[in-house]
Amino acid sequence: MAEQTLREWLLTDTPTSRRHAKVSAFYQGWLSFRANTMAMIGLGILLALVLIAAAAPFLAPHDPFAQDLGNRLAPLGAEGHIFGTDSLGRDILSRLIYGARITLYIVALVALIAPVVGLLMGTVSGYVGGWVDIVLMRITDIFLAFPRLVLALAFVAALGAGIENAVIAISLTAWPPYARIARAETLTIRSSDYISAIQLQGAGGLRIITKHIWPLCISSLIVRVTLDMAGIILAAAGLGFLGLGAQPPSPEWGAMISEGRRFILDHWWVATMPGLAIFTVSLAFNLLGDGLRDVLDPKAGE
Amino acid sequence: MVRRPKRERSGMKMLEIDGLDVWFGRDRDRVDAVKQATFDVASGESFGLVGESGSGKSTILRAITGLAPTWSGNIKVGGQRIERKRARAFYKQVQMVFQDPYASLHPRHSVDAVLGETLHLHGFRDIDARVVRLLDDVGLGQKFRFRYPHQLSGGQRQRVAIARALAPEPELLLLDEPTSALDVSVQAEILNLLADLRQEHGLTYLMVSHDLSVVGHMCDRLAVMKDGEIVEIMDVADLRAMKATHPYSQHLLQASV
Repeated sequence: MAEQTLREWLLTDTPTSRRHAKVSAFYQGWLSFRANTMAMIGLGILLALVLIAAAAPFLAPHDPFAQDLGNRLAPLGAEGHIFGTDSLGRDILSRLIYGARITLYIVALVALIAPVVGLLMGTVSGYVGGWVDIVLMRITDIFLAFPRLVLALAFVAALGAGIENAVIAISLTAWPPYARIARAETLTIRSSDYISAIQLQGAGGLRIITKHIWPLCISSLIVRVTLDMAGIILAAAGLGFLGLGAQPPSPEWGAMISEGRRFILDHWWVATMPGLAIFTVSLAFNLLGDGLRDVLDPKAGE
Repeated sequence: MVRRPKRERSGMKMLEIDGLDVWFGRDRDRVDAVKQATFDVASGESFGLVGESGSGKSTILRAITGLAPTWSGNIKVGGQRIERKRARAFYKQVQMVFQDPYASLHPRHSVDAVLGETLHLHGFRDIDARVVRLLDDVGLGQKFRFRYPHQLSGGQRQRVAIARALAPEPELLLLDEPTSALDVSVQAEILNLLADLRQEHGLTYLMVSHDLSVVGHMCDRLAVMKDGEIVEIMDVADLRAMKATHPYSQHLLQASV
């Protein structure tokens, strides 16, 4: 066989094994994703965020909890404190770096709970139909009918303040749209010939939902989740701001803004720096979501 | 008015349909797609169903396979009456090839996955060897094995769909306009492939088409349908000789010349 470069091997039209076909399909997706500059910027920011969160103890110049009341509310560029210090003299940069961990924690938990619940509810309801569909969709309607933040507030108030409870509250309010999307997709997929074809092989409902419907729903859900991540981070920050999310002295970004609010006119950087961090990460998720939509959405692809 | 041919075919009946009604919707919205269809297909025979779109030809196939759940009447496959809930053995006996090869393959499953899963569902063990054999049977080489549907042409996709239908080694193959979505040169290839496969595997075909020349090429007998009713059942020899008795079939013949 002639010498073959890695690139040719990845882009071949005639894969030679199961793994080869998978790797090749993945590489082609990566190529079209890479062509989208804005999405690459988003991905870069998020990778940086992950690295920062992982290496927080090495990157942070100070202990995020160490108070220094003699040096409180130091301005931007103060000696040893590039982003200044907050009302208790804690280094804002260090707190932002440690706060990245909390943000990622919230994002990961919500991304694990909400879309999975939504996917289950939506696909089961769409595929089974009948009264199952009616019951599940009315439950979804009930959750949809509440304003998101108010429902989250009620949950946190009932369960007690804290990050985990904030995550549960946000997830509980975030899944209904996913259930709706998954159900709508399932309804179109269900009546297609390839589902009829697998039914004719005697496949059961469980196999059809997990192996045939999920792979087609997941891509649009991933896109939707990344686009919603900005909103989720903001909701978590909002709960933190209201004192119902992360509790002091935890360096959660929303809680940091909340603390800085009292000095916003005289010491604007205390609230602005965590605000900028939230803004950057939300923007990065939006850019990534846009790029993923171009790659993953089968309707836009063909 | 249904004229039944007197001549009995040799051997047993593969498919017997008696007084089949299929409808969609309920009460006021009810649409009767098939009314009192009655015909039978002998083992090894190739039987055609022709008629304009909306005449209920495909619906008969969907009722046989259970994809159209609201039907009444008698359907017998291999002498065995079909129950409402079909047993797994039924799907080993009867398989279907769909009209549109662009819609009948899962966009995220490779050829290997499609055939492998089908074989797995029917309880075969030697899946790898069988996938290789199926691809050879339908004239696709091994290089197509790990491709995804978007890397295949229409004709190649239809070959994969035929391979999937052959995987459980069925006796009766239901063909729902298997070539109408393909262009003319590919149509001939697929029809020849189907004819060869029928010889090799001793299959019985029930083929739906709106194209009389396709049915004339592929089938031994045919039924003409109009508005959900079978108006005439005739031999292909009669079709070639333009000897139709019912005015509608005469009209169809005239139009196809």
